[in-house]
Amino acid sequence: MDMGKDLVAASATPLVLAILAEGDSYGYAIIKRVAELSGGHLQWTDGMLYPVLHRLERQGLVAAKWSASESGRRRKYYRITRDGRAQLAAQRQQWQVVDETLRGLWMQACPA
Amino acid sequence: MTALMDQPLEEQIAQWREYLRRRQAFHGSDIEELEGHLRDQLTALTESGLAGEEAFLVAVKRMGSLDVLSREFAREHSDRLWKQLVIGPGPAEGSASTGRTEMLVALGLAVAAALAIKVPALFGLQPDRGAEMFYFRNASLFAFPLLAIYFVWKRGSGVKSALWLALPFAAGAVVANIHAFRAPVGDTEVLTVLHLPIALWLVVGFAYLRNRWFADGRRMDFVRFSGELAIYYVLIALGGMVLIGFTAMMFKSIGMNPERLIGGWLVPCGAAGAVLVGSWLVEAKQSVIENMAPVLTRLFTPLFTVLLLAFLGTMAWTGNPIDVKREVLIGFDLLLVLVVGLVLYAASARDPQAPPDFFDSLQLLLVASALVVDGLALAAIAARISEFGFTPNRVAALGENLILLVNLSWTAWLYARFVRRRGSFDALEGWQIGYLPVYAVWAALVVVLFPPVFGYR
Repeated sequence: MDMGKDLVAASATPLVLAILAEGDSYGYAIIKRVAELSGGHLQWTDGMLYPVLHRLERQGLVAAKWSASESGRRRKYYRITRDGRAQLAAQRQQWQVVDETLRGLWMQACPA
Repeated sequence: MTALMDQPLEEQIAQWREYLRRRQAFHGSDIEELEGHLRDQLTALTESGLAGEEAFLVAVKRMGSLDVLSREFAREHSDRLWKQLVIGPGPAEGSASTGRTEMLVALGLAVAAALAIKVPALFGLQPDRGAEMFYFRNASLFAFPLLAIYFVWKRGSGVKSALWLALPFAAGAVVANIHAFRAPVGDTEVLTVLHLPIALWLVVGFAYLRNRWFADGRRMDFVRFSGELAIYYVLIALGGMVLIGFTAMMFKSIGMNPERLIGGWLVPCGAAGAVLVGSWLVEAKQSVIENMAPVLTRLFTPLFTVLLLAFLGTMAWTGNPIDVKREVLIGFDLLLVLVVGLVLYAASARDPQAPPDFFDSLQLLLVASALVVDGLALAAIAARISEFGFTPNRVAALGENLILLVNLSWTAWLYARFVRRRGSFDALEGWQIGYLPVYAVWAALVVVLFPPVFGYR
């Protein structure tokens, strides 16, 4: 399934925030988690995650820290902040509204 | 570094990193982060059975196209492109730390230049007590050697070449100060003041090009650098004037007279330091934004062409001859300098491979009309030269006119060939660049020979 570009872009923020709410993580692991959760349907171009992370960092929704990884290289770890959690809660409500609306419509159209 | 990484793979990663580095939108830490991602991806792919080469291709593909990626980064970090003007790494230098070191070196040398100009005062040579001409004669000797040191450091040229560069500066210092110029201010002394910087600028050029003036094809870079530096210097000077204006206003408002502070410190120290700061800015922002000199060239070439044609038209219509006054010769010299400058900077920004276009014809028209105007002026002067006699100023001005006339005549010939597609633009560029040392050699002759030949008048 090929997702529309706008939808991928719009879902990036809540996805990243929700994954970070599970625990601190870094770019590659976040991408892997997204692929895993979506069953491979949600494929990002890997590089694109980083501008998103940097934007969230600038907005103060996540905080970043460089520390050593298991391979010995430096790695940038991201952590969700309090503002990030609030933002996540707000986004969650918005997405629920969208989800419920669509669900209602589609239940009527083709009752399974 | 994991054990999975074999040598060719490391090389490929290094190459990829180099590609990222050339994009202004990525910073050192972004590149590290992206590289870490690439390596994680490679490890996972190799573990799942892909061979090194394949794994690399897949990992890079998943990372996304560099164009799109750098556009996204640039959008998120739009401020960076501007910060790069000051602290950013150049494409070749790499990490931000070298950018900072360079800033410190450049600012340190700027302070050194500012202090150097105050050293003679320790020996009683005060600019406001009769030693102005000493400062004017030696003006280029305060900042240019330090600028040469900056380039020796930046290009890693080594001590031996630095010593070679010191020779002409030492010679310049000797020549500027041994002549017993007649008081108060003789013509030959003014000529020395004007010509020594031109001669020594060539030495700065040697330092800029790592002493490879004749071997290297990068002389055009030095031309570009000179033009950009001139523009930056003017901008810094404008800012400096605002600073001085406020200094005067504020100290006068509390009943202090800041004239000695301004005349004795702010102006000379600022003028010397700005050479270094301006050069560093030009070096730092290279390739970040479009150069200014070619833009100004494009703007003013048509305007000057119109001016020259209108002048010729008016002369033909009214029949008024050129009234040969004292400044006329120098004025027409400057006109030729300007036209050469327009040609040179247009050439510096041009793709030598591109076919001739409308702008090239315009340049040819500019050069041709400048030649005609100068020919008329020279004819007028020659007609009355017997009344003049030979003074140092006239000989210097005539010599310069001749040098520029030769340059522009051959330029016109080469341009005409190029516009008619009989010759290449390379030939024109090569001619302009090859001619550069002629200016410096003539300036050196004026400095060294004119004072004794004309009896220090």
